[in-house]
Amino acid sequence: MNEYLLLLLSTALVNNVVLVKFLGLCPFMGVSKKMDSALGMGMATTFVLTLATAASWMLEHWLLAPLGIEYLRILAFILVIAAVVQFTEMAIRKASPSLYQVLGIYLPLITTNCAVLGLALLNVQEKHAFVESLLYGFGSALGFTLVMVLFAGLRERLALAQVPATMNGAPAGFILAGLLSLAFMGFAGLANH
Amino acid sequence: MKLFKLRGGVHPIGRKELSAERPIRALPMPERLFVPLQQHVGAAATAIVAVGDKVLKGQLIASGQGPISAPVHAPTSGRIVALGDYPAPHPSGLPVPTLTLEADGEDRWQAADIPDDPFALAPEDIAARVAAAGIVGLGGAAFPSAVKLNISRKSGVDTLIVNGGECEPYLTCDDRLMCERAEGVVAGIRLIHRAVGSRQVLVGIEDNKPAAIAAMRAAALGTDIQVVAVPAMYPMGWDKQLTRALIGKEVPAGGRSADIGVLVHNVATAYAVYEAIALGRPLVSRIVTVSGGAVKEPCNLEVPIGTPAQALFDHCGGFGKMPARLVMGGPMMGHEMPITGIPIVKGTSGVLALTPAEIGQPEPAPCIRCSSCVRACPVGLLPLEMAARIRVGDLADAVDIGLKDCIACGSCSYVCPAHIPLVHYFNHAKGELTAKEKAKLKQEATKKLATERTARMERIAREREEAAARRRAAKEAAEAAKKMTGATA
Amino acid sequence: MLAAVVSLTALGASLGLMLGVAARKLRVEGNPLAAELEAMMPGSQCGQCGFPGCAGAANALAEGSAPVTLCPPGGRDLAVALAAKLGIEADLSGVKDSGPLVAEVQEDICIGCTRCYKVCPTDAIMGAAKHIHAVFREACTACGKCVEACPTEATRLVPVPVTLQSWYWPKPGSNPVSTALAA
Repeated sequence: MNEYLLLLLSTALVNNVVLVKFLGLCPFMGVSKKMDSALGMGMATTFVLTLATAASWMLEHWLLAPLGIEYLRILAFILVIAAVVQFTEMAIRKASPSLYQVLGIYLPLITTNCAVLGLALLNVQEKHAFVESLLYGFGSALGFTLVMVLFAGLRERLALAQVPATMNGAPAGFILAGLLSLAFMGFAGLANH
Repeated sequence: MKLFKLRGGVHPIGRKELSAERPIRALPMPERLFVPLQQHVGAAATAIVAVGDKVLKGQLIASGQGPISAPVHAPTSGRIVALGDYPAPHPSGLPVPTLTLEADGEDRWQAADIPDDPFALAPEDIAARVAAAGIVGLGGAAFPSAVKLNISRKSGVDTLIVNGGECEPYLTCDDRLMCERAEGVVAGIRLIHRAVGSRQVLVGIEDNKPAAIAAMRAAALGTDIQVVAVPAMYPMGWDKQLTRALIGKEVPAGGRSADIGVLVHNVATAYAVYEAIALGRPLVSRIVTVSGGAVKEPCNLEVPIGTPAQALFDHCGGFGKMPARLVMGGPMMGHEMPITGIPIVKGTSGVLALTPAEIGQPEPAPCIRCSSCVRACPVGLLPLEMAARIRVGDLADAVDIGLKDCIACGSCSYVCPAHIPLVHYFNHAKGELTAKEKAKLKQEATKKLATERTARMERIAREREEAAARRRAAKEAAEAAKKMTGATA
Repeated sequence: MLAAVVSLTALGASLGLMLGVAARKLRVEGNPLAAELEAMMPGSQCGQCGFPGCAGAANALAEGSAPVTLCPPGGRDLAVALAAKLGIEADLSGVKDSGPLVAEVQEDICIGCTRCYKVCPTDAIMGAAKHIHAVFREACTACGKCVEACPTEATRLVPVPVTLQSWYWPKPGSNPVSTALAA
């Protein structure tokens, strides 16, 4: 149990998917202007990531490995991920049309969010068991959501600040992302204790 | 009496010494008076005299319209020479309907209706007389006083607070009024007290006016009016601040003083009530402070409503120095006068001609988040945060953090070390919000009109079609009948 | 080789089937966003956007096939509001915001032909044949239909006059008060 908790914490904070592994930067910069949409994106990605890691584990262990066709791994994973994303898109459109509109192109782009495929592949590489890989996906997604919300909150404040015109918007956002990343690197200190 | 702790506030340099020792003098009657029909909050009055009419001083020349309005009376005897647009006593200087009155020099009052014993009048009668006299809040808000009296009488008032704060720098008109005409002020307060039937009456006067406090205490001897010295601090003259200082209660956001059983009137309003009821004189003049570093002889003048501001400056010896800004009202909450020809109205407490040194307006610098404005805000808002949101056009967020509770006292702008025009941002945002609200109401109304029209058009088309179908059917039936008759024949 | 082809095909087919079922189950009738957008539009059905009425424009907006700046009567404010609703950046460069406008009938040119009040979507024009027409400012949405209909160019759109009731302080940093007065 303790082990699982540690795994969750280490994936969410120490090995944060966005700020330490630098995966999934596209929605991180793209959908972080407003807190609401950032939270929505985080939730959607959490759902997709958790489901996709579970599905890819099953695919790997029940289909690809027994048949010895591991070379099709990326192809098969992408197929599953795309299906999950499509399903999520339909569900969000039904549940919250305005969130659907706000997420816009970034919602179908979860498919190409490298964090999703990356985690599925990392799961295989690290030879995780089912529960472990599920927690690995879920923890990373939590970390993703946390960072999205933090960053959106900072950007909302940044929008009010008087910064030089050339630095306004994305440039200041990038610097902010860099600082936030530095801060998250500090969690590496947790691993030593 | 124990006073209660206050929030925020600033201590601007008073500069009251310029005119504080100058007794009230009457301004010689100017040749022409420009009397705007709207000098109060609410609906504008409607002129009931025509060009060419001769009027007597105190004669009704424009009657109030609707529940919140106030009538206007002739400030002197003479002839109405024009009813047209004239620059308003407003920062925009936009033209407003104004009656121009040519004084005949006789200054003859119309016959006054004076009750035998003013203090025996029924409360309703007092309110009615106050309404008929066109009295509005003379502290600057210019809200029709009778409306306040009626609301308070109905909702019940525990405490009547009379505001002698006069916290704005430079202004000394209320100070002089209390010093010189304390008896009248006290009589006015007693009349208001009778009109609303409050339990206690408190007069709050800032402690930088010892003469006024002494005069009012002497005049109030033997009555149940309690004169209380309050610390000199801006904005003590804000009714809710004075309320908090005296009785320790805070008016809820978006609420009115009446919600906590308090009625606040200005001392000058009380005096106007006394004049209206005991002397039968409607509100046709007021006391105005003429001051500022650029004025040669600052003083306090009793001025007929409608006098152009220029006449006041002229009477005070003109400008000794070149004024950098002309202000109507106090320097904190007053507004710039676009031209000196604009008239004194009921709510004008002062006209100031300020030198460049007095206004001192360096370029604004970026906010360093020192939060001086937060400490200064008497309402407890976050001016820096609100201004930042307004600057980027996020009005909804500014409203969320309390923009609508801002009283535009200017304390934040005064203390800002970066000279950010904070209160200007808030005034702008409030105006824009009101404009948006109006536009939204209009859109809703026009949308309704459009749907009604579409429905009507459809109905007309349908009816036409039905009528055509009926005609066709009738014609066919007639033809068939013809055939039938033809066949049988 | 065969195993790879078969397994991937089977995987694709089964996922496709699942998605097909989900699409049935989670079907959305119409676009609920369109209704929200339509509520924000002026509603005078003037047709200046090129769509038949505000409902058509709202549908096009919801689908993303029309820019948020499509509505001339709505002006800049509406474009900003729509962009916020849709969560997109509004390109306001093309919007010339002349501020609120109203129609006005020039009485010396009006011949009383009644064409303008027949086309007015909000019944904002009053008149009768051979009588000069007049505009109710409160009801006019400045859609411009009357301007097109007028045979003598007697109707035109003019800025809403600023009154003491509608005036408010300009934003700090924009025009100072005194220059506004000089005009």
